[in-house]
Amino acid sequence: MSDSFLADWVYTDTVKEHFMNPRNIWKKYENWTPDASGEVGSLACGDQMRVGIIVKDDRISDIRWLTYGCASAIASTSMMSELAKGMTLAEAYNITPAMITDALGGLPEHKFHCSVLGDKALRAAIDNYLESRNLPNPYKKSVAKIICECKGVTDQMIEELVVADKAKTIDELKQLTGFGTGCGKCVNKVTQYFEEMKHIHNK
Amino acid sequence: MSRTVYMDNNATTMMAPEVQKAVAQAQSVTYGNASSMHSFGREAAALVEDARKSVSQLIECRPEEVTFTSGASESNNTVFSIARSLIEKGRGKRIVTTTIEHPSIIETVKYLRKCGINVDQVPVDGEGRVRIGELEKIMGNDVVLVSVMTGNNETGTIQEIGQISEIAHRYGALMHTDATQAIGKIEVSCKQWNLDYLSCSAHKFYGPKGVGVLYSKKDAPFETYVHGGEQEHGRRAGTYNTAAIYGLGVAARLAKEGIKEEHDRLWAMRERLRTGIVKSIPDVVVNGCQEHCLPGTLDVSFPSAEGESILLMLDMAGIAVSTGSACATGSLEPSYVLLAGGLDVELAHGSIRFSLGRFNTEEDVDYVLEVLPPVIKKLREISTR
Repeated sequence: MSDSFLADWVYTDTVKEHFMNPRNIWKKYENWTPDASGEVGSLACGDQMRVGIIVKDDRISDIRWLTYGCASAIASTSMMSELAKGMTLAEAYNITPAMITDALGGLPEHKFHCSVLGDKALRAAIDNYLESRNLPNPYKKSVAKIICECKGVTDQMIEELVVADKAKTIDELKQLTGFGTGCGKCVNKVTQYFEEMKHIHNK
Repeated sequence: MSRTVYMDNNATTMMAPEVQKAVAQAQSVTYGNASSMHSFGREAAALVEDARKSVSQLIECRPEEVTFTSGASESNNTVFSIARSLIEKGRGKRIVTTTIEHPSIIETVKYLRKCGINVDQVPVDGEGRVRIGELEKIMGNDVVLVSVMTGNNETGTIQEIGQISEIAHRYGALMHTDATQAIGKIEVSCKQWNLDYLSCSAHKFYGPKGVGVLYSKKDAPFETYVHGGEQEHGRRAGTYNTAAIYGLGVAARLAKEGIKEEHDRLWAMRERLRTGIVKSIPDVVVNGCQEHCLPGTLDVSFPSAEGESILLMLDMAGIAVSTGSACATGSLEPSYVLLAGGLDVELAHGSIRFSLGRFNTEEDVDYVLEVLPPVIKKLREISTR
């Protein structure tokens, strides 16, 4: 196809390039064995990522991944793997969706939330690595962001309650955390985040 | 060698060369307002009436039963607005439709419910066919309108409109069908099916975009939806889009002339594509009813490969198709049509619709069969499963 045809895509050239030539694929036939792995999303929700890491001297020396999902899900996981390679665990743990999206030259607004999950899968892999070796996990708390300031509710707390099936409805979340019972400013944000977490964890 | 294959004819079609010519001619020469009394106006009006006649011959009704609209969405909205009005006048209490209609009905239903109107949606079976038994159960003398699409835009599944119309009338309800996808592909007859209303759009059968038809039976209730002028005997206001209407008429004539050949040719290409896919790609699911299906439509799910990714990789190779995946629309839910037919969510995310049309060739099909298998293989290799 001509360049002008491709230029009309909703995705940037970098997204396109990573989509067509994804880096660091976890090829099933290579028998590559990671030190730890993490998974997020589900086939039912339309996006699922699995990330494997090998850690040497506290750094990610090798990383491989698999993704079921749309072009931006594939490209963003590919870009995440490029960013994470060689990083210390602390640096890798702090990769954000915004960093991945920026490196890709941007993504359409509606793609940002549902498809950039590679960072989450990577964090799950690091958690898995530390846990399986009985090492302390100093990173988990440091990346938590407060969404409800009045009650000190963080994104991580919400995600954990969703994953553990403790908060199945927004009312249950309210009872457990007390979010939105102070100034009430956070209600929309918490509700949106809660729905997102339910979606990506297939709850 | 770069090649382009347009296989998204259920989304829209290219205007037939004959239509393009007619539209261009009318656009430049017959620019008068068809409502004007002078010669310029009368010339334009003649083109509009010529088109009305062609449409009436295509869908088997009287010319005066044809109202020109901006397309099937407006026609559908008009019909549901008539039903609402009848309910508000106490002529009944309910509308009955299905779970697989076009968004211009699905969303209208949601809106009407908000306004306090009762609407029941009949479920479909695993092949996407309306369960006649369920329809019989749901029917009653309080139903004012039954609306069921003729052929589905995603799966191509065709409904028994004649039989459903008979059931509707047995309960004293009016019968509407959205025949947008069926026109020009299968025989559609207002007379044979004893319809009260029918909607369609020109651009689905090689006519211009932005113009369509609402058929309403002579004695069926009518209420104007777009107010403001005496056009169409006050049924639909707005200056006549003469060129587009004339183009619609030419498209209707072409559709009627070649319908049998068109049907057989599309079906042969569709079957060549289906058998080719099933043979060359392991683990695929063909969606919809294979026995009662629009001839050019093929909807296939590829487990472990996601629809938007498939669509874009095909796009890279110059092939245009559609997907029922949520990712392509920006919503979180995949195709409601496929889900309504009981399809697994994952399979809906991995669905691709190929829709063939008049300008496709066997070579197009063979090119798709060459490009598609490695695309699916590649996506499955990088998939979590």
